[in-house]
Amino acid sequence: MGILEVKGVGKRFGGLQALGNVNLSIAENSVHAIIGPNGAGKSTLLNCLVGKLIPDTGSVMFNGQSVLGRKPHEINQMGISRVFQTPEIFGDLTVLENVLIPCFAKRDGAFELNALTSISGQSDMRDKAEQILTDVNMQDKTGMHAASLSRGDKRRLEMAMCLVQEPKLLLLDEPTAGMARADTNNTIDLLKEIKSKRDITMAIIEHDMHVVFSLAERITVLAQGTPLVEDIPEKIKGHPKVQEAYLGQAHG
Amino acid sequence: MFGLDKKDTTLLLVVTLLALLAPFILNPFPEASALAQFNAGYPDLMQRFVIYGIFAVGFNLLFGLTGYLSFGHAAFLGVGSYSAVWIFKLLGMNVLPAIAFSIVISGLFALLIGYISLRRSGIYFSILTLAFAQMSFNMAYSVLTPITNGETGLQLTLSDPRILGQQATADGSIPVTNLLPGLEMRQSVQLELGGWLFTFNTGYYLAAFFLLLAFYIAIRIFRSPFGLMLRAVKSNQQRLNYTGIHTRPYTLAAFVISGMYAGLAGGLLASMDPLAGAERMQWTASGEVVIMTILGGAGTLIGPILGAGFIKYFENIFSKINENILHDWFSFLPQGLQDFVVTIVAPFFGEGWSLSMGLMFMAIVIFLPGGLVEGGQRIGQLFRRKPAAGDAASSQTTPAE
Amino acid sequence: MDAIILQTLNGLDKGSAYALIALGLTLIFGTLGVVNFAHGALFMIGAFCAVTVQRILTLSVITLDPNKTDFLGNPAKIKTPYVEKFFGPEIGAGIIDWSVPLAILFAIPVMIAIGFLMERVLIRHFYHRPHADQILVTFGLAIVLQEVVKYFYGANPVPTPAPAAFAGAIDFGVLIGFDPNQIVYPYWRLIYFLFSIVVIGGVFSFLRFTTFGMVVRAGMADRETVGLLGININKRFTIMFGIAAAVAGLAGVMYAPINSPNFHMGMDFLVLSFVVVVVGGMGSLPGAVLAGFMLGILESYASLNEIKAIIPGIDQIIIYLVAIIILLTRPRGLLGRKGVMEE
Repeated sequence: MGILEVKGVGKRFGGLQALGNVNLSIAENSVHAIIGPNGAGKSTLLNCLVGKLIPDTGSVMFNGQSVLGRKPHEINQMGISRVFQTPEIFGDLTVLENVLIPCFAKRDGAFELNALTSISGQSDMRDKAEQILTDVNMQDKTGMHAASLSRGDKRRLEMAMCLVQEPKLLLLDEPTAGMARADTNNTIDLLKEIKSKRDITMAIIEHDMHVVFSLAERITVLAQGTPLVEDIPEKIKGHPKVQEAYLGQAHG
Repeated sequence: MFGLDKKDTTLLLVVTLLALLAPFILNPFPEASALAQFNAGYPDLMQRFVIYGIFAVGFNLLFGLTGYLSFGHAAFLGVGSYSAVWIFKLLGMNVLPAIAFSIVISGLFALLIGYISLRRSGIYFSILTLAFAQMSFNMAYSVLTPITNGETGLQLTLSDPRILGQQATADGSIPVTNLLPGLEMRQSVQLELGGWLFTFNTGYYLAAFFLLLAFYIAIRIFRSPFGLMLRAVKSNQQRLNYTGIHTRPYTLAAFVISGMYAGLAGGLLASMDPLAGAERMQWTASGEVVIMTILGGAGTLIGPILGAGFIKYFENIFSKINENILHDWFSFLPQGLQDFVVTIVAPFFGEGWSLSMGLMFMAIVIFLPGGLVEGGQRIGQLFRRKPAAGDAASSQTTPAE
Repeated sequence: MDAIILQTLNGLDKGSAYALIALGLTLIFGTLGVVNFAHGALFMIGAFCAVTVQRILTLSVITLDPNKTDFLGNPAKIKTPYVEKFFGPEIGAGIIDWSVPLAILFAIPVMIAIGFLMERVLIRHFYHRPHADQILVTFGLAIVLQEVVKYFYGANPVPTPAPAAFAGAIDFGVLIGFDPNQIVYPYWRLIYFLFSIVVIGGVFSFLRFTTFGMVVRAGMADRETVGLLGININKRFTIMFGIAAAVAGLAGVMYAPINSPNFHMGMDFLVLSFVVVVVGGMGSLPGAVLAGFMLGILESYASLNEIKAIIPGIDQIIIYLVAIIILLTRPRGLLGRKGVMEE
């Protein structure tokens, strides 16, 4: 029984069947990649997992609880964090403040009117935030405005914001999209390091096969809204169906 | 000091000094001089500076931090005024219970309106608040006449019960508002120094005290985790949701706090002059606080106070300038040219003050979205950059794109 | 029954004004994505176009009457409007009498020009700024326009009568079988309603049957794609702004005889028109028209004495109440497209 169990999920947009009967099981503490050509339904699937979309059919169970019908903030409280394709950060705030927000957010999402306590007085939170920024190698950028960061740094910051919450499942939506090769390798190293340091399950949606094969322990190939095959990376590489549906296209 | 860092403490001290010394600062011209018309150090105007300052500081807690643009904030000001006048009618003429009651009632009213309006964001939120405020305004004129006294406005009468005070003074007139028995709000001490006349008014200093308190609380909120959450709401609500935070309790708390500030301002207005009318709730009045806040600098600490002072000063001083005064100003020009210039300039003064204000407001929104505070910073940079040109490139806050 | 019919009729003219203003508002929002708080001011300027035309037509030459003297013994002055001098007293007086309908001819180019100017000089720079900034700058513009009008025309309402031919009222009740004087409806209000139907029909058929309209409708649905097709959508949107301004202006011109124009009438109508747009559905043209008439009539019903007896003061708040309920239960409005500004 995996930490995330997707059973028979289907989603239709008007006349387009974006997802049809997706079954997926992600094992705890594994790195699971979901790949597939454009329009295969990867992002739709991800959106169904975090509550942005509600599937028409099927069930999504996380840790034995259904996530369907829950609001994004409730799903996050269950222990799922998400890194977006275009980094979603607080652009007007400084890097440190960006990370402080998830630090102050209670795990259960409880509202706190701590309107008269000073942030600078909360040294434990600051330490926690600075530690995670050191982990993602951004310790010298804490005072910068998040909007002024490079794209790679923005994504790093977003990852720090997710990681500081210590999620059980981290969803990564094309974490290296639009990155230079060096940056991509840094990100791979970063993710590997995170994985080695703590118990965390990662689900990665990715186009870049280099990233996928460097990180993933299992790979699901999605084509036209349905899973084509699911296996360990070595098997996927040579799989004829995959070659046809995806790799062939990518190399051609 | 007071749990503030050095920069904020300095800011608070500066504002405190300005507030305490306002009777001097605002009366720089000798009483007999031609420039005395630019003096603003008379109680009535000084009271309005600080009261509208409180209103704008409160509005900024909502708009400046969360980005939710309420177009109905005057409703809370109006409710505050009505509540205070009712306390004067029922209990007595001491202003403190009246002000406390104003804050509570406005807060409750804001809770109700905020609870509904905050279900929507963006322009829908603006329109919802506008609709609520306009509805309150219309109701104050019609069905709620027993509470608001309709078009006449709510006033004190000799037959009011005033169970804790006196119904009428010894000479049979309506008693006046006071802070302590014998310390009336309208009392002033005047000081004549050479040609200068300075007035120190009880009402002003009470209002100034509340402004400082309100400002202090605003600074604390800005620097608190709660304030950080509010700024995060403005910056990226989606990320906040995906961080496990339900934003509505935060925005609602900000809305209620900001409504209480407006209630305090309304209560103070009524404490200075115990009457309340529905026109205080009209949406153009809500627009005015929006203008003050933006003009000064939304999202900054000092901006709203500057904006309120600026608007109220020019509203009072500009609007007193008539064509005769303009002719005086331009008397150095030859007659024909003088007439011409005055004809051109006149529409912007006197009655035309609103025109100048509208143009100024547009200019600020277009060219200087950060308001006067940003303007000040830019000028400051201009001077600082000259000695050390080239260090701007290393500035950390310069956006990459 | 007769009371209901009467109130329906009474609601029609207000509803017509709401519908026309809301139509322009939603046209601008739908095409340009701009929230225009100055739209009420355009309505007000339209009404003052009527005032202006009336003033121009009554410009008079002053002659002295040798036969009469005033109380000081000087020769009495006679004011003769120029139009009466040129066209003779009969035709001249007729032209003056018809100044409001004539003002339509004056208002159309003026309003389109104002609309172009607004879009080119101001609004254009706000397409990519937040809605809050758009609200703020157009709010500032509304104040400015209002104050300019106040400066030139004063703060008091300016009576602008309809042509004498429409001064009376039609006994509508008799036409449908009621006793005389049961349902009496002023001619001009009927004209206003018919006029608004014509304008609304004009705008709709323009959008429906011309290539220009097709592009604009496509632009409302998906702005970027149309831009990719190589169509200069921006230029068309400028024109659209001019048309929206003209529609608001026409609504104002014809409204002048119903309520004497004053400088703040635009603000009064603006709030209500926004409510109408929201109820109808932001960006939905039929929604704006439907909601305009619906709310106008609803407001009229709410002022029935029988209803006011049950819920006092309901006539003052009914529109806002409906808007609040709609916004909370069906945020996209009555006919709004799914997904447009729902959150």
